[in-house]
Amino acid sequence: MLSEQVRAKTDHELKKYPPDRKQSAVMSALRFVQDEKGWIDTADMADVAAYLGMPQMSVYEVATFYNMYNLKPMGRHTLTVCTNLSCQLVGAMETLSYIKSKLGIGVGEVTADGKFGLREGECQNVCDEAPLFMINNKKTCGHLTKEKIDQILAELDKE
Amino acid sequence: MINIEIDGKHIEVENGCSVIDAAHQLGIYIPHFCYHKKLSIAANCRMCLVQIEKAPKPLPACATPVAEGMKVFTASEQAVKAQKGVMEFLLINHPLDCPICDQGGECELQDLAVGYGGSASRYQEEKRVVLHKDIGPLVAAEEMSRCINCTRCVRFGIEIGGAMELGQAFRGEHAEIMAFMSDTVDSELSGNMIDLCPVGALTSKPFRYSARTWELSRRKSISPHDSLGSNLAVQVKNNRVMRVLPIENEEVNECWLSDKDRFSYEGLNSAERLTKPMIKQDGKWLEVEWQVALEYVANGLRQIAHEKGAENIGALATPHSTLEELYLLQKLVRGLGSHNVDFRLRQSDFSADNKQPGAPWLGMAVADINLVDRFLLVGSFLRKDHPLLASRVRQATKWGAQVNLIHATDDDLLMPIANKEIVAPTEMATVLAQVLKALATAKQVTLDTNVQQVIQSVTPSAIAQAMADSLASGERVAVFFGNFAQQHPHASQLQLLAQHIAALCGATFGFFGEAANSVGGYLAQAVPFAGTEHGMNASAMLAAPRKAYILLNVEAELDMQNPQQALAAMGAADMVVALSAYKHHATEYADVLLPITPFTETSGTFISSEGRAQSFKGTVQPLGEARPAWKVLRVLGNMLDIPGFDYNNSEAVRDEVLVGTDLPAKLGNVLHGVPAQAATWNIAGLQRVSDVPIYATDAIVRRAASLQKTRDAATPRALMHSVELKKLNLQSGEMIKLTQGHGSARLSVIADDSLPHGVVRVAAGHAVTAELGEMFGSIMVERA
Repeated sequence: MLSEQVRAKTDHELKKYPPDRKQSAVMSALRFVQDEKGWIDTADMADVAAYLGMPQMSVYEVATFYNMYNLKPMGRHTLTVCTNLSCQLVGAMETLSYIKSKLGIGVGEVTADGKFGLREGECQNVCDEAPLFMINNKKTCGHLTKEKIDQILAELDKE
Repeated sequence: MINIEIDGKHIEVENGCSVIDAAHQLGIYIPHFCYHKKLSIAANCRMCLVQIEKAPKPLPACATPVAEGMKVFTASEQAVKAQKGVMEFLLINHPLDCPICDQGGECELQDLAVGYGGSASRYQEEKRVVLHKDIGPLVAAEEMSRCINCTRCVRFGIEIGGAMELGQAFRGEHAEIMAFMSDTVDSELSGNMIDLCPVGALTSKPFRYSARTWELSRRKSISPHDSLGSNLAVQVKNNRVMRVLPIENEEVNECWLSDKDRFSYEGLNSAERLTKPMIKQDGKWLEVEWQVALEYVANGLRQIAHEKGAENIGALATPHSTLEELYLLQKLVRGLGSHNVDFRLRQSDFSADNKQPGAPWLGMAVADINLVDRFLLVGSFLRKDHPLLASRVRQATKWGAQVNLIHATDDDLLMPIANKEIVAPTEMATVLAQVLKALATAKQVTLDTNVQQVIQSVTPSAIAQAMADSLASGERVAVFFGNFAQQHPHASQLQLLAQHIAALCGATFGFFGEAANSVGGYLAQAVPFAGTEHGMNASAMLAAPRKAYILLNVEAELDMQNPQQALAAMGAADMVVALSAYKHHATEYADVLLPITPFTETSGTFISSEGRAQSFKGTVQPLGEARPAWKVLRVLGNMLDIPGFDYNNSEAVRDEVLVGTDLPAKLGNVLHGVPAQAATWNIAGLQRVSDVPIYATDAIVRRAASLQKTRDAATPRALMHSVELKKLNLQSGEMIKLTQGHGSARLSVIADDSLPHGVVRVAAGHAVTAELGEMFGSIMVERA
């Protein structure tokens, strides 16, 4: 069962679409679920499917297609490092390996205390700030240097 | 119309036609994988790339609509280069395991790789691996690395099957075909995905590794199960049926088969097959020679006819028997002087007998179902009883057809239902009367005084009114009577109301036949009212037990409306002759078991619901000493000195029935001379609602091992509305005892709030409910 909040937000999205096209809101609904609990379980997908009157498999297709949906718990702060071309040209891979060694985890892993998760991501459309990562798909942090990474991680660690 | 040129050949095609369709009309083959004429266009395999004049790059022929003056080159240098490039990509990740692949020899990828593939791969890197999946007992998805992601199976599920059970998860190189949360594929049409799969990713689980395709001979046959009459290619190796595939017939099964038709062949090779005639002596079964068994039967029947009177002989046959078998059975019984013969074993209301101008039939061609724009379905488990007819109705709904349903259960038909009224069997007549009244009021028509009286007292509900409005707004309307309505104890009253509804909205009125020969049985005169004198129908023969019974393919406890009564009658009879392909429960009550052959081992004819007579030949030799039933009946006729039993072959029997017969004139649904009666059927307490589960309908499917592992074949449970459960202080999941008459059954009960109040849904045709009585009527429920 979707939480009241998720349902309310989804209902708001549904107003944008014709009543017989409820499945148009699937991406939003999945996003709301992830915002709430950090990741999307198959049970959540089934709930979304039931709520929008669409096949469960169809929701699964969407959830697995898009990179920004977490299909497993990814920690309180999920860092998604862009490794597309522009970022790579200015050292995204070094950024990534620095974060790996700093957190002691690999891509797709979560720190033991559950605070940080690390993912590789696709282009965020702000290549002028490369290299960069996103925090929980919400906040972009660009022009990354080792010092800046240390600072951001230290701040997040306090939260 | 549009003029185009493909490979220098001119053709005029309809606007909107795709290049690949136009090419096929010209007989030009364009290689393809994801394109299928019955499915939507995906254009994801890119194999059908062709060169089109003035286009800057090759275009996919399946997704490119024709344009006036278009010039297409399917085998130009540019086209072939593109096709070869696509093939190289497709083969990059495809395993080179053709020698151990079941698809080998009938693989589209293999065939096209011969034409377009390189002799060696340039790809040095690691191939991707896709894990195998378990998607149920029928379709094997054990080698998903072979998948080329054409998504035909996914599109089939959505568009034809009506449910998206498979999908393409993940993305790009990681994309794979799978079911949600390792669910199984439970569609009753799932086997078609095997045919559709252009590679060896989805293969047939029952057929796996049992033969290579080139070892199989392919013989035509006709499905003995549902009333559609699907055309089968029975594939045989070493005198054994190895698998069954569809033969394309656009007017009947298109290119599909239901899983029942496809996988029932496993029942043909069941260990329960009866292979020697047997006689019971002093309570023990002895295997005997045919001559001995037949003489025993002939003497027994002669003696009973002589001493007790021929009317003490009754014959029952399943509607899955062939036209020839049914015809000879009634001829034999009538030759003995009895008219007690019937094949309508699950029917309970026979008041329409002789009141219809002909055999009840579909009322239209099967193919025309797709064109209907308003349906009224009365009492039908449509999806499970008629999987491919359901698919046609589903197609019609895609073009805007509205489906109205009056039924006792609310099973998901996997199609949009415009209006539905789910009521107890006792209420069905009232609902029909309401719809009729609403229609009559809207059209300002006065009906026969008789019918008028019946609808006088009813007030149309909002749903009945909506149904009437829906039906009245259609141009091509059809009212169909399902199996449940035909088995209903007041079937002819329902029929009368339904046919008045049909008349008021200019609709076709038709019957979805219950079995392969539900129409053929009437033409074979295997009904008690076909002769000069009238005999007893299937129900009367059991209510007033006969001294002798001849059973053709019948399993008395599973095939009858009232198994309890049937078993009692069999037990009390002096002689029961069971002609059967299987050694079954008849060993308890029969005196003689005669091994007859199933449809694959005999020639015969089925007349489908739409009145299509389809004859077929035997595909393999009879197993052991089993013999075709028409031959057994012929010899019995000879032994009993009944004239007219000198047939040389089954065709002679068929011709005696059908040659010179105007088949369409023998079909007719409209009841005459049955007075309408106000619905007064009341049942105090709970009433039974029965379906015959899809894999419990006849002797062959009951023994088809893989079908019996599907969810549809799970042990039946009693279903009740939670309100009813509360009244009885029962919990969902508890074991209950169901009692009808003097028999009972123990089942677990499950709450199902889609059922109407006051009913218990209990399947018929299954061993666990065989002790119960009628499929309709009162039933007692208590905690077990």
